[in-house]
Amino acid sequence: MINQLIFAYFAAVIVVSAVLVITRKNPVHSVMFMLLLFFHIAGVFVLLNAEFLAAVQLIVYAGAILILFLFVVILLSVERESQAARANRFWPWLAGFGLIIAGEIALLVLRGSFPGEGKMAVQVAGAGVRDLGVVLYSKFLVPFEISSVILLVGLIGAVMLAKKKTNE
Amino acid sequence: MVPLSWYVLLSAALFTIGVVGVLSRRNVFIILMSIELMLNAANINLIAFSHYLQNLTGQIFVIFVITVAAAEAAVALALIILLARNRGTVYVDEFNLLKG
Amino acid sequence: MPDMQQIINFIITIGIPVVVLLSFILANAMYLQLMERKVLAHMQSRLGPMRTGWHGLLQPVADAVKFMFKEDIIPAKADKWVFSLAPLIFLVMAFGAFVAIPFGPDTVIFGRTVHLWVSNLNIGVLYIVALAGIGTYGVIMAGWASNNKYSLMGGFRSAAQMISYEIPMAFAIVTVALMAGSLNLTEIVQAQSQKWFIIVFPVGPVAFFLYLIAGVAETNRAPFDLPEAESELVAGYFTEYSGIRFGIFYMAEYMNMMIVSLLASIMFLGGWMPVQIFPKLLGGIPPISWINTALAAIPPTLWLLAKLYFFIFFYMWIRATLPRYRYDQLMTIAWKILLPISLGTLLVAAFMKQAGWM
Repeated sequence: MINQLIFAYFAAVIVVSAVLVITRKNPVHSVMFMLLLFFHIAGVFVLLNAEFLAAVQLIVYAGAILILFLFVVILLSVERESQAARANRFWPWLAGFGLIIAGEIALLVLRGSFPGEGKMAVQVAGAGVRDLGVVLYSKFLVPFEISSVILLVGLIGAVMLAKKKTNE
Repeated sequence: MVPLSWYVLLSAALFTIGVVGVLSRRNVFIILMSIELMLNAANINLIAFSHYLQNLTGQIFVIFVITVAAAEAAVALALIILLARNRGTVYVDEFNLLKG
Repeated sequence: MPDMQQIINFIITIGIPVVVLLSFILANAMYLQLMERKVLAHMQSRLGPMRTGWHGLLQPVADAVKFMFKEDIIPAKADKWVFSLAPLIFLVMAFGAFVAIPFGPDTVIFGRTVHLWVSNLNIGVLYIVALAGIGTYGVIMAGWASNNKYSLMGGFRSAAQMISYEIPMAFAIVTVALMAGSLNLTEIVQAQSQKWFIIVFPVGPVAFFLYLIAGVAETNRAPFDLPEAESELVAGYFTEYSGIRFGIFYMAEYMNMMIVSLLASIMFLGGWMPVQIFPKLLGGIPPISWINTALAAIPPTLWLLAKLYFFIFFYMWIRATLPRYRYDQLMTIAWKILLPISLGTLLVAAFMKQAGWM
């Protein structure tokens, strides 16, 4: 019961702040609501016994990616935003379609059943950081290495793209 | 105990909000943030299923998703800086050089 | 009535620790200010505050009253919401980090076994790192919302600095976690019962050194206090703040200092373990063994607090000694010196752990 209440709170805040993220005029305000959203998603992760990923969510998403966003948003001055239109001219249609799609998924989910739902009361025994690490470095070693290459590409790509060309 | 379907519904709602944001907003930052919303929706699903199926694979996938999101954000922001420098705007409908 | 019993239990296990912790933090945040002024003054052959109370002992109270009753000005062109929210983010993140810190082993008080922590998180270290990362938002938000170019530059500098120095700091913390085999702060302390991590050669001292430098930079203190460099940026990101909001920034800075110092004591100096003089080499010889017994008799929490205040004194000492770095020097130190050293340390630590030398 208490878990359901906590989940309801998290879900409500997540949905409301997500809507606020995509409707605010000022991108800096969007970033603030995004921060709120990340916090509550981390809360959902804790509810699902994934404490390590909750911490990673806060460290990487909130502490690094979003700060980068904020940096660029503030650097590329957003003065004009207050006069310009927020959305393109199709937005009422798109919002309607969004509602329809969400309703459809909700219908499908509520009608269907999930295989794991019967035995859900059991908690993963000691699914701590150690087990996660063991799985990550044994079964998923190759994807792990590939992800490090992706990060390297991202690093070099970002530097090459954003660098000012000096000898032109 | 929270039923699994609740998590799926939450994730679906978040994903739809992200899709609508990507398609309707003009500001390229908000579009990028909407993409992050969609990735987060996927993460919620992955962790929820990992918890209910008693399998750590879902959590491992979330680590990979976050890695890719970090690389993607870095490259995308570099592209935005480049675009803003060359075109002087951050609105996607003004990036229309290829329009005849 | 079982419900009554539950409520009482809840108050005893959660309520009392939180209240004690809050009053401890607040008293410290107020009096560290006085300590800093006194220490700096005596290092510069001055006396510091002397008028309010005996040797200025009531100065923090006077300051607090002044902060509360001064006019709280919000600039006309500022973004009001973000401007008011920024100090709160900073403060909440500083407070939140204390929750995970253990102040001692389980102790028996009034016939009850009491845990000296509010929450014994399995990922305690990561939690504190995460909250420190979020604290950056408070700074950059304050800088942006003030709508003042000095504030904005201060905010940017601070954000860039905190992000850069978080990396060597995180690697130092990961090295410690590797040595202890746990992310839980209590287990990290227990892993040091034989040997403190600062004397585990060769990685211990290096990681400690990295952590110390990164910690100074994380708390925006001299010689890395560029975000608030008064000769260039007036007061950096809190130029436009006044009254209680300024007081919040001021207090949160000391809280961050306490967090960094507590983590340094817990991770490298054995937390609440007492100091012993060569316990293996000379432990049996009478005068030294008497001293060791006397040292071990001091309560563990006092040891942790002694280490905490030692680090805080060390920070003040640095501030009184070293001049401020230039901004490019700051970035060079983080990315070209500390980061490679921290990666190398982690590698050596992993090798030593695998080879069983640790």
